Amino acid sequence: MEKERILEVKDLRISFRTQQGILKAVRGINFELFKGETLAIVGESGSGKSVTSRAIMGISAGNSIHEGGSIYYYNSGIKSFHQVEDSEHAEEEDIIDLMKIDEEHFHKLRGTKISMIFQDPMSSLNPIMKIGKQVSEALYLKLGLSKSEAKVRAIELMNDVGISEPEKRFYQYPFQFSGGMIQRMVIAIALANNAEILICDEPTTALDVTIQAQILELINKKKTERNLSIIFITHDLGVVANMADRVAVMYAGKIVEVGTVDEIFYNPKHPYTWALLSAIPDLDSKETLFAIPGTPPDLHFPPAGDAFAPRNKYAMQIDFEEEPPMFKISETHYAATWLLHPDAPKVEMPSNLKNRIERNLKKARKGA
Amino acid sequence: MEKLLEVKHLKQYFKAGSGKRKLFVKAVDDISFDIYKGEVFGMVGESGCGKTTTGRSIIKLYDATDGEVYFGGKRIGGGIASMIETIKAAKVKAAKEIVGYQPAKLAKAQIIQEAEAQLAQIDPKDIEHVQIVKREKAQKMADLKAKIQADPTKFADNQAEIDKIKAELRTLINVERNKITALKKDNAFRGETLETMKKIQMIFQDPISSLNPRMTVREIIAEGLVVSGVKDRKYIDERVSHFLRVVGLLPEHAFRYPHEFSGGQRQRIGIARALIVEPELLIADEPISALDVSIRAQVINLLKNLQKEYNLTIMFIAHDLSVVKYFSDRIAVMYYGHMVELASSELLFRHPLHQYTKSLLSAIPLPDPHYEKTRKRFTYNPACHNYSATNKPSFVEIEPGHWIMASPSEIEQFKVEMAQSDKDFFEKLSEK
Repeated sequence: MEKERILEVKDLRISFRTQQGILKAVRGINFELFKGETLAIVGESGSGKSVTSRAIMGISAGNSIHEGGSIYYYNSGIKSFHQVEDSEHAEEEDIIDLMKIDEEHFHKLRGTKISMIFQDPMSSLNPIMKIGKQVSEALYLKLGLSKSEAKVRAIELMNDVGISEPEKRFYQYPFQFSGGMIQRMVIAIALANNAEILICDEPTTALDVTIQAQILELINKKKTERNLSIIFITHDLGVVANMADRVAVMYAGKIVEVGTVDEIFYNPKHPYTWALLSAIPDLDSKETLFAIPGTPPDLHFPPAGDAFAPRNKYAMQIDFEEEPPMFKISETHYAATWLLHPDAPKVEMPSNLKNRIERNLKKARKGA
Repeated sequence: MEKLLEVKHLKQYFKAGSGKRKLFVKAVDDISFDIYKGEVFGMVGESGCGKTTTGRSIIKLYDATDGEVYFGGKRIGGGIASMIETIKAAKVKAAKEIVGYQPAKLAKAQIIQEAEAQLAQIDPKDIEHVQIVKREKAQKMADLKAKIQADPTKFADNQAEIDKIKAELRTLINVERNKITALKKDNAFRGETLETMKKIQMIFQDPISSLNPRMTVREIIAEGLVVSGVKDRKYIDERVSHFLRVVGLLPEHAFRYPHEFSGGQRQRIGIARALIVEPELLIADEPISALDVSIRAQVINLLKNLQKEYNLTIMFIAHDLSVVKYFSDRIAVMYYGHMVELASSELLFRHPLHQYTKSLLSAIPLPDPHYEKTRKRFTYNPACHNYSATNKPSFVEIEPGHWIMASPSEIEQFKVEMAQSDKDFFEKLSEK
């Protein structure tokens, strides 16, 4: 079955004007999001994953510069501003470029079509406004419900995300809620207007393991219920393994590897993905962890070749000189490393990681 | 194994509110454990369960409410709540006993009590009735007075017995007071305690807010030495550059300010600052949770190397169970101020017994998609224990080195469970 494409990011480049000069936060990334799937974007802080998601939401910071590229949104149902200039897509109907539409139009998309959950639940709600009002606000401002209708619907929504006694909770303030419950409320608000795309920007980083598991279960439940497309941003690979259908690994403003979750976790190809996977212990690891040496590059002066080369022990001369293209490994799996070039020497992934993957695969086979 | 740190019945309460709404938040409620020399002692639990408070009470950033902390056999801190409680209880008990030997007082009290009981039954607005009761009371009092005057010897106090009780009370109070003074002396940052306290150092969670932005790295790291009275500049410089190298920074970094460093480097500065006074016990309070994934491994490896190199004992507080499992020899699980389970990391993961430990273990996300997609999460409900007055939980050693908070009936159940899981484990082992 052909999957229905809902979002396509094409050669997106975003920079920031800072005191030190132009900071190139996102340097030409491409990915697609299909209907009903979860795409996880992994990377350390400063790799540009939040910048990308904010661009999709149209809430980039004031000092950002859109250097080029597009974010196409398919089948939005809003045909009035058909703005694609790209010849490839000019024939098709109902495609909009999120980087080109103005704020007034974006306003119609935000919340109703694309929604976002932020990292810190405590600071995403208004502390001096009652919870109920914050939920129903989304309903009567966007859907045009009357206030009493909005209240009924809001209580339904609160019930839906597992808030006990919603009638009582409706009149409470955010400080009376725990972190996990606030995050549930944020999810309720984000989904109040039946959004199609949900962007989760590290939604569980501030939460405990047990609460984290609950929130992830809730997001997964909502996803299957409503056939949501989710962009899930995190740096916790355990969470990625749980949530994602496909994974994109970002480093220094670029996607270095993209593939299905099994491909990334059981057959990683990029040295950065290897490093990330072997830097975290699992329950069976005893050996010394692999620590990535050095720090990420300063994106005011992005390096010429592969940005990861200075921290990469497998780096070759060409890595420092020329940027690697995306090499195709399978229909869904691509990686940007010169190691995949036919002329490159054969390099195996670190033995620790290899052992672990074999162990995990064995367990998986046994279970199946 | 040699015990380095002993914590006995440590309690740490915080006062919240005032007047009628005053209440005590029992952040740490009666926990006891030992840390052995050279081990890594992990402590896990959800946020707000008291694991950080325990660490902070040990290093005396808080004044403990009750209990004792011993380091290398010497008491370094504790709380006086239990002694004050004993004194109060003894006073109340003595007062009750004394009344028994004072017949005049007893009789008067009885009259007053009877009158009050009558008054409570009638409507206070019914003035006529109230006055009748009051008049009766006055009459009875007068009668009693006459009786006492007529026969003073019958109503005389039994002075000998009263003195005996009072003397007993006084000795008891003195014993408790001496305990309090001894403890206060141990608690003060003076003399031997001060010297012992230098051997405990702490690394904090947030590398940004735990370093003073207006001090250079040299000043930050040297502060421990300066405070303890070292004045030799050359020696200080030498030590600072030595420990900068130990944690993987360069001596040149000494003249920079904290904001010039990345998160991982700042955490290294924090570690160097803790190490410069050559501690024996390092309390690491979530040292990696504020760091990026790729930097975490660097700091974990650094701590692991330092632990081997300097034979450090580390108390590792964290909520990331896979890291704790990787790093620790023994793990304590805390829940709402109580320690619910304590075992070697191998035993804890082989057969977790307490319901809360099970739920915690089942919630760990692992970088393995097959495991993750099939994982069954286990939820903890504190009501599942069925604790009652006769079935009270206590912290017991269920097998060597495995402690658990459980009631007698649960212990029986756990023993069966444990035997089963051990059998499974060894069968699996022999299969391999």
